[in-house]
Parts: sequence; C-alpha cells; structure tokens
Amino acid sequence: MNILYALFVDPWVQMGQAPDLLVQTLWEGLVSGVLYALIALGFVLIFKASGVFNFAQGIMVVFSALTLVGLHEMGVPAFLALGLAVAVMFVLAVAVERVVLRPLVNQPDIILFMATFGITYVLIGLGELIFGGNPKRMIADELYLPKGAIDLKILGGFVSLQKIDIAAAVIAAVMIAALAFFFQKTRIGRALRAVADSHKAALSVGISLNQIWAIVWFTAGIVALVTGIMWGARSEVSFSLQVIALKALPVLILGGFTSVPGAIVGGLIIGIGEKLGEFYWGPLVGGGIESWLAYGIALAFLLFRPQGLFGEKIIERI
Amino acid sequence: MFYREAGQYKTSYAADMAIFPIRQDRIGIAVILLIAFVIIPVFGNQFFLSSVMIPTLVFSLAAIGLNILTGYTGLISLGTAAFMGVGAYACYKLTSWFPGVNILVWIIASGFVSAGVGALFGLPSLRIKGFYLVVATLAAQFFLQWCFVRIPWLVNYNTSGAIEVPERTLFGVVITGANATPTARYLVLLSVVAALTWFASNLVHGRVGRAWMAVRDMDIAAELMGIRLLTTKLLAFAVSSFYCGVAGALMVFLWYGSAEPEVFVINQSFLVLFMVIIGGLGSLIGSFMGAALIYMLPIVLRMLPAALGLPIASATVEHLQFIIVGALIIVFLIAEPHGLARLWQTGKQKLRIWPFPY
Repeated sequence: MNILYALFVDPWVQMGQAPDLLVQTLWEGLVSGVLYALIALGFVLIFKASGVFNFAQGIMVVFSALTLVGLHEMGVPAFLALGLAVAVMFVLAVAVERVVLRPLVNQPDIILFMATFGITYVLIGLGELIFGGNPKRMIADELYLPKGAIDLKILGGFVSLQKIDIAAAVIAAVMIAALAFFFQKTRIGRALRAVADSHKAALSVGISLNQIWAIVWFTAGIVALVTGIMWGARSEVSFSLQVIALKALPVLILGGFTSVPGAIVGGLIIGIGEKLGEFYWGPLVGGGIESWLAYGIALAFLLFRPQGLFGEKIIERI
Repeated sequence: MFYREAGQYKTSYAADMAIFPIRQDRIGIAVILLIAFVIIPVFGNQFFLSSVMIPTLVFSLAAIGLNILTGYTGLISLGTAAFMGVGAYACYKLTSWFPGVNILVWIIASGFVSAGVGALFGLPSLRIKGFYLVVATLAAQFFLQWCFVRIPWLVNYNTSGAIEVPERTLFGVVITGANATPTARYLVLLSVVAALTWFASNLVHGRVGRAWMAVRDMDIAAELMGIRLLTTKLLAFAVSSFYCGVAGALMVFLWYGSAEPEVFVINQSFLVLFMVIIGGLGSLIGSFMGAALIYMLPIVLRMLPAALGLPIASATVEHLQFIIVGALIIVFLIAEPHGLARLWQTGKQKLRIWPFPY
C-alpha cells in the first residue's frame, strides 16, 4: 500500500501543497523542452527533404557553437564571428551534399544513417583539433543576450524565470515562424516541400535535388547554431552536449519524423514530462531517471501510435 | 586456378546444403582454424594476444549477435552494449552465488538471461519498425545502463561499484582473474566463439534463418506466407541478445578483468553497429572482418606516426584519429555499401577465374 501511495498519490499531494514549486518545475521543463524541440527540428528538416536520419545533428549543434566561441577567442568581433559561423555551416552543408549524399544517393536508409555517423566523427575530430576539447563559455554578453532572472510572486511563493530562458523561448518561436514562412511562401520552400513529398516527381518538374539538399542541410545548420547559442548560454559549450542531443530522438518519435509541429509539441511534452518525473517520482527509485524517462514516455506513446503524434500514417502494401 | 569447384559433384541434398560446399573452402576454414588455435598462441606474443586478438574476438561475437538482429532480421538496434552488460552482470552474479560450477557454464547461462531481457525489450518491435525501433532500443540502452549504476546488488554491494572478476579455473588452468595467462584466456575465448559461430551459421542457414530473412525483406509478405511475426521477431531479439550477452560476459571475464558501468555506454553500441555495417549486413564472416577492421584501425593509426617518425603530439593524433575513422567510414560506405563481406565475395569470384580473365 505504501508503495502505491508513494507512487500514485504522494506526488500529486506534493504538487498541490507547493504550487509555486510545481510552476517552477513546469517552467524548467518547458525551457528544456524548447531546446529539445530545436534539435528535433533540425532532424525533421533533413529527414523530410532527404530521408536521411541525421545522427550528426547533435554534433552540428556543438560544432557550430564551438566555431562561434572559438573564433571569438581568436579575436574576431562577436557579430563577425556569428556571420563566419553561419558561413562555416554553409560550407559544411555543401561539403556534406557533395562528398556524402551525392555518391550515396538511392542507398538504403541504414547506409545513409551510418554515413552521418562518419560525419559525426569527422566533426568531433575537427572541432577538437581546431578549437580544443575544453568546455568554453558562450559569448552571451557580446551577443547582447539578456542575463539575470525575473522573480514572479505568485501562488504564495516565488517563481524565478531566467531571462536567457525567456529569450530562448522567444527566439525559438521567431525562428519557427520564420521557417514556416520560408516553407509556405517562398519559391525554395515550395521546392523543399515538393522534394519532401516525392523525390522523383520533384526531379521531373526540374527541381535540383542536390541544390535542395544543400539548402536543407544549411537550414539545419542554422537551426543548430541557434540551438548551440541558447544551450551554450545556459550552461557552456562542450562536447557533452552531443549526448544530450540524443534526447531529441524520443521527441522525434513522439512528434513523428516528418512533422515540424510534432517536433515542437513532442519537445515540450518530453521536456515537461521529464522534469516532473525526475522531481516528483525520481526520488522514489534513487533519482537519475532523467536519463531514460524520455525514452520510456516515447515508447509508451509508440505502442498506441506507431507513427508518432503527427506523423504520416504508415500504409504498407505488398 | 586453385579455387575452382568444377568437378565437385553433389550427390545428396545434405551435400548441397552444406555450409562449405566447395572443397577449397573447407581446406581454407581448416587452415584458418589451425592458425587461430595453434600458430597464433604458439608464436604470438602476449601483447598481441591480449590487446589485439582477444578484443577482436569478443567484438566479433557481439557483432554476430547484432548482425542476427540487424543484418538477418532487419531490426536496427542501438542497445547492444546494454545487452552485453546484462550478460556480464548476470555471469558475475551467478558465479558468485555458485562458485563451484564451471565458469563456462555460467557464461553460457548468462547469455540466456540476456536473451530474456532482450526478448522483453523486443516486444515493441511488433508494432514499430525502422528508425522508430532504434529509439525503442535506445530506451533499453539507457534504462539498463541506469540499472547498472543504481542497483548495487548487481555488483554484490562492493564499494568500487565495479565487477571484480574472481579467479576461476578450467581443467585446473586459471582462465579468469589476474593470474590467468593471455594464452589460456585466448584459447577459451576462441573455443567459445568458434562453437557459437558454428551454431549461428547453422541457425541462419536453416528454417529459422530463412524466416528471419523473409521478415527482413518484407514482413507483411512474410506474414502472409505463414511466418509468425511474433515468434520470429522475438526469437531474433532473444538469439541476438544471447550472443551479445555471452560476448559481454566474455569481455569482462576474459578481457577486462573488472568492469565499471561505463564499459557498457552507448558508444560501445555504436562501435558494434559500425562493425556490422562495415563488415557487411547479413554475413557472419563480415562480422569478423568488420570487428577486426574497426577495432584495429585506431590501434594502427595510433602507432603510425611513431613508426613513421612524424613529430605529432599524442592529443593531435587522438583528434586526427577521429577524423580519419569518420572519413574512412564514409569512404567505405561509398566504395562498398555492402561491406567487407561483399568485397570478399568479389575477391572469391575473381579468384575463381584467375589467372585467365574469361
């Protein structure tokens, strides 16, 4: 009985007794959810357009942030470094398309998946070789990102919101809006959607697949850079971020591999679920459940909806 | 010239279904076994045995395990390291409960424990496939890894939190623990790997293996033909985990000597997946070749600058190694997406008509 009480009743009682703590936990979950969603967004963009399950998205986040910070350390002004980091992501996108995707076109998915592992290794090596493996401080001040916290006095207690987190949420929202505009209203965006629908049909109406892939990887690179800046500003820029990026996978599952809104909703669900679980249920089993809870949530969802929340229904025929 | 099957007639169904239908292949495998069992232990030095041959064999076994799941049944898994861990911890628990029983028995038994856990985590594979399944196996990876760290019962509450391998003997020869010679460990490991490879080979050539391949090629079609998906997929998970579990137990008992939970992290799973893909999906010999290549490549790369007399700092070598391994993976995939096993087959085909091109 005691176990059942601790498992099913006590957490809710705790939430009711300290609503400010609950709000604080929800907010923390929301913020990490936004960051998961951003990483997942990069995955979705590439998966939609080229069918590649891009394992390198996590390291692209690290690499782009590292480029930014590393260039600044070498004496480049902050905003010039930002521009250069964007340029580096562009070069990377073109290089990936030329060297990896083009020769591997029409190969099975798993081969392309493995190829992105190769990209991951190359980027890890390059990043460490050029900028060193030590954790670096994100140049938040130089980029005029806000710092400090706002203390809200609600529900009989304090809820403290970090300004950088608010900025992250706002920037993420702006970026998603921009991407939506780009996809819906521009010529390239339409081409991208055409490619996502069918490679062959897109080719036959004169859309260059190679060009589109380079653009998509570049877009994913920019998403990675923004993610890297935000995440770096919250903690620091280091290669350990790459492991956290694996958390984007359950987000993808929840939302479906091909859905941008799915990535966002999935990110928020995973972020909030994970923080609530860790805070209220974690102590029952000794804590640290954050490392696998997200996968558990995703798995539970999958059993009921194998294609994710917003994914296209999988229709199979012989 | 020498590799020619002309004139070797098969007069029975059994001869046609043999694993090595060509005489030259049988001679070849006998020579390989002779080299592995006699020549390497006699002439190989201790370093070569303990840091090249033993790890390669352990990884080969794990790669065979993953290959059964990914290459033969088409279910991608990133939980290999966790299943290896289950095997290692199970073996440790079993041998500390019953120290009198031969360690080899427990190594095989731990494989069955791992098979049970694997089948449990394989259940979602009935509903989900492809990359969605990858994430399901990641759940296994992270959950089991968390268990290894958080449950001190698994390591008998010792303070280091690591498996400390006790000394066990086989026919009076010490084979585990600090006093075991590399030669003894190598020979035990080689015997187990050879026996299990033979078993796997029979399995994949038989009814079970053909059912797996049918599921891999198209599971709906396989189901319509009367193959039961539930049993087939779960059996693939169980057998795969069995191999991984045995590989994990062998890794800790015959190679590492002690193991912390960090041994079974996700990078280890990636490594085994590399071996399977580079070696060739759906090929047992490919598993061996992939394991050898991926394991030895960094060793060679590390030794190369010193051997060539290049003045490169060791940290730089470490980073360059990452870049080179990554680049080589891409190059390999572009040059031969079907892996080393396909190269091997092409080579054999060439050998068949050599030295006359037509």
